[in-house]
Amino acid sequence: MYELKKWFEIPIGSIVPETGSSMMNNTGSWRMLRPVLNTEKCTNCLICWIFCPDDSIPVNKEQRFETDFYYCKGCGICAVECPYDALEMVPEMEIKLKELE
Amino acid sequence: MPTKVIALTGNQAAAEAMRQINFDVAAVYPISPQTELMGFFAEYVANGEVNTDMVAVEGEHSAMAACIGAAAAGARVITASAGPGIAYMVENLYIASGMRLPIVLIDVNRALSAPLSIHCDHGDSMLTRDSSWISLFSENAQEAYHNLIMSVKIAEKAMFPVIVNYDGYIVSHSIENVEILDDETVRNFVGPSDIHRIPYPLLDVSKPVTYGATAQPDYYTECKYQQHVDFLKVYDIVKEVSQEFEAISGKYYGFIEEYMTDDAEYIGISMGSSFGTLKDAVNALRSQGRKVGAIKIRLYRPFPVKDLATALENAKGVVVFDRADSFDGIGGPLFKDVAAAIFHNKNRPYLHNFIYGLGGREINEEEFIRALDRLERLEKGVETRENLVEYLQARA
Repeated sequence: MYELKKWFEIPIGSIVPETGSSMMNNTGSWRMLRPVLNTEKCTNCLICWIFCPDDSIPVNKEQRFETDFYYCKGCGICAVECPYDALEMVPEMEIKLKELE
Repeated sequence: MPTKVIALTGNQAAAEAMRQINFDVAAVYPISPQTELMGFFAEYVANGEVNTDMVAVEGEHSAMAACIGAAAAGARVITASAGPGIAYMVENLYIASGMRLPIVLIDVNRALSAPLSIHCDHGDSMLTRDSSWISLFSENAQEAYHNLIMSVKIAEKAMFPVIVNYDGYIVSHSIENVEILDDETVRNFVGPSDIHRIPYPLLDVSKPVTYGATAQPDYYTECKYQQHVDFLKVYDIVKEVSQEFEAISGKYYGFIEEYMTDDAEYIGISMGSSFGTLKDAVNALRSQGRKVGAIKIRLYRPFPVKDLATALENAKGVVVFDRADSFDGIGGPLFKDVAAAIFHNKNRPYLHNFIYGLGGREINEEEFIRALDRLERLEKGVETRENLVEYLQARA
């Protein structure tokens, strides 16, 4: 999504001179559990969006969309907070194995 | 040019340099033989002779942490420690250099425990040798004074922290004549302290930045490679500042100091206060017609690889005197550095290593003569050795 900087492009002392630089990092790369959304149960109350500590749930005024897995670390807070049981934390390994089948 | 000559101890000379530099922040914790140095400086602070904020912290780890914070904010920072205090600082030393902060640390060299010793050797400084701090060794109070003034400028030009070493008690507490520059000359030399001396001062609130962020495996290597490349530029910066310093003091300091090495067949290498004694040993042997010489390492990090390789081009034998042991079956830290430096020489000299002066053990002329004799006999095959490294002064 973002190009990695070359060694001479990094600011001296590995200092981060801009805001929002974590946007450039694939923070979802080490996710173990994936929140799988059951759209039939979801009422679009957006409580998951309020609680997501990583801003990984894209929404508009009416509804939530699929989680942004580039950033979602699989912390599971959305699944705990969902009042309608619309999110299930599924091990990534299971999903990957199913994909392979 | 020097305006006056005063009798000062090494600690007094260093405190005088600190007063003249008149820097912003000193975060310190006392430890012998550095305590006296910061005691002298605390008097200047208390008397209002400097504008320095002196922060008394609860340990050396915190001292360096406070220095890192102040330096990142844009302050000019000098601190000091010794022996176990340096050991306690080490974690933060790597942070200071990784963040490229121009901090100056005076290491009044002291042995590491155990057994406990407050006296001089270079074991403490050797803990810092891979930390990406520039490291200067001073032979006497005069050099400590000069190195300290230069170190501020070196640090700020290179954007790397600098350690100024001088031997505990032998230099720190011995009185000698020191040529002192006038205050204005020193202040003009180091220049004013402004937060914009550094590229990303934290106190520049109009441009907020993050110091000390995480680097994942996809970035850490590039960060370290940048540090690696920039550290190699330090040679030119040290040379440049030394030349600028010569213009105000009349004294030029090279990376190494050579003594009677031009035609020398056998050369001894040491760092710090023992070099004077080593020169005496060379004089004594020269008066017997023996072709010996001596080399002092002034710039220890980055190591003066090229200067040393050139200086040892024609030597038959070289003995390296280490004031610290590595306990590794090879030899002392300086020995390994010298061996690596001459590895590509066409005519590599015979190398030997002696450990000396541990925990404040005095070194005298006769002992250095004995070491140079042993080197010559080993090189000629008259004597043999079991190891590359031997202790020069252990009672048997």
